[in-house]
Amino acid sequence: MTRRGDPFPYLLLVPAAALTLAIVAWPLIETFRLSFTNASLRPNASYVGTDNYEKIFRGDFWEVMRRTFLWMFLGVTLKIVMGTIGAVLLNAAVPGRAWFRVLVMPPWVVPIAIGVFMWSWLYNGQFGMISGLAQQIGMIDGPFEFLAYPNAAFIATIVTDVWVGTPLVALYLLAAMQSIPKELYEAAWTDGASRVYRFRRITLPLIAPSIFTMALLSAIWTFNSFDIIWILTEGGPRGATTTMIIDTYKTAISRFRFGEGAARAVMILVCLTAFAGTYLALMTRLQRGASR
Amino acid sequence: MINRYKWWELVIIYTGMALFLAFILAPFAEAFMVSLRPLEKVFRVPYRFLTEDMTIRPYIDMWTSVPGLWRYILNSFFISCAVTVLALLCIIPAAYSFARFEYRFRNGILTAFLAVNMVGAAVLIIPLYKLMLSLGLLNTYWAMIIPGAAFSVPTGIFLMRSYFLRIPRELEDAAYVDGASRLYTLRRVILPVALPGIMVVTIATFIAAYAQQFLFALTFNSVTEYHPLPVGLYQFFGRERVLWNELMAASLVGILPVLFVYVFLQKYIVAGLTAGAVKE
Repeated sequence: MTRRGDPFPYLLLVPAAALTLAIVAWPLIETFRLSFTNASLRPNASYVGTDNYEKIFRGDFWEVMRRTFLWMFLGVTLKIVMGTIGAVLLNAAVPGRAWFRVLVMPPWVVPIAIGVFMWSWLYNGQFGMISGLAQQIGMIDGPFEFLAYPNAAFIATIVTDVWVGTPLVALYLLAAMQSIPKELYEAAWTDGASRVYRFRRITLPLIAPSIFTMALLSAIWTFNSFDIIWILTEGGPRGATTTMIIDTYKTAISRFRFGEGAARAVMILVCLTAFAGTYLALMTRLQRGASR
Repeated sequence: MINRYKWWELVIIYTGMALFLAFILAPFAEAFMVSLRPLEKVFRVPYRFLTEDMTIRPYIDMWTSVPGLWRYILNSFFISCAVTVLALLCIIPAAYSFARFEYRFRNGILTAFLAVNMVGAAVLIIPLYKLMLSLGLLNTYWAMIIPGAAFSVPTGIFLMRSYFLRIPRELEDAAYVDGASRLYTLRRVILPVALPGIMVVTIATFIAAYAQQFLFALTFNSVTEYHPLPVGLYQFFGRERVLWNELMAASLVGILPVLFVYVFLQKYIVAGLTAGAVKE
């Protein structure tokens, strides 16, 4: 059907390629180039070698990186665990399931920023729901301003991130569960296997590839997450929620240090690539080990 | 039968569902309650979820305290629609090319597209800012539309491709035998058959575009009239004295259209997204 050297399939790629080259590929290269300059709002910039990188490493880079990975790890783990539980519930053949499926998805549908506005009110210490309810059941003595203390703010941003991300994970894993042939369950059921046993021995192994994929995607999205932290805390208090993305944005856009910001952006890409590479290598080895 | 649950299993399932929904819906419920209170009653100690002084005043006053609200909602819709159209123009031909033709570097190019997912928009914000500046697109709708579309193309290609892969090749072969050109075949034979898939990709792209209009609008646009809803409202949240009741009312009214779209199309979305996702 396709002749050698036929231009048609390539022509079909042109719009997508043009857009991606202009908006992703070129900026990517430009980010690398800028990271070796002292570019700022001034029109002329000169190459400064690896100054930007040295500056970053002398600063709090390792601290920020550790924090970013911790933020991502906790967020993704919670999303995967809750998403799996959610998928099991969504998959349960009980009356009311259709309603449950509709009502679970709103965090994914509404603009992330709007959802986060609502959360920022929930976290209000004086008048917010969480502090209020916690006081009523006696968990805390007085008003507690969740976003004003480093550790509490760190956890609060994770909780909101989990709220935003869980529905899609649940939906995706539900799809994986529904693609499992019914015969497997029926055969196990005829043999007298319990529901829990069927879940452990049929569902879990068969959706494991989907869980691995979703965890990787979710990790990448979480690593790159901007809106949630920016709206809730702008990286504060005292930098407790400053992830690498927030750090880069602050350096580049708020302080107009384009060169240094670009270097920080490059470090994000390095970290993500290293992470994804390690993850994929580990998973391949794990799966090979499992199938042996 | 196999799906018959014992009573304690039902208790666990429904308890789980209730807890899940409580977590998911709490922000909406609380926002709704706040939106129905006079401002001085919003700041009340001790906390109560239900009170008897409910009023719909915030829903009337918000149009004056957030003067651009209509404009923001329309902007959000317009931007999402434009992103979706632009993205589809890129997604459909590319996905078809990846699904149907064999050529050199095909898998390499596909991988390159998918790798775009790794790159967060915030990472590229500096060159993008300079690009928009030099093209004279800062403070226009385009500065929000073009990057938004570019970042939704990879996922769209991935989804759309899995639909094209499921369309039998014989369909095209028959058209070719009849002497149809390849472009004609794509337009008149393949696209109609792929319409359910296109619908799903359209909805998914639209929702993603609607959900993620913050960073680009915040960074590339400072003209109030062009702001999409999230950034339009964000300006009010940053103030010294926040009119929480009216802002919550505005937020809820602002997300109503997309919630409607979702509720009516959710069967499509769930079935479609999942069908595309599992295939690979």
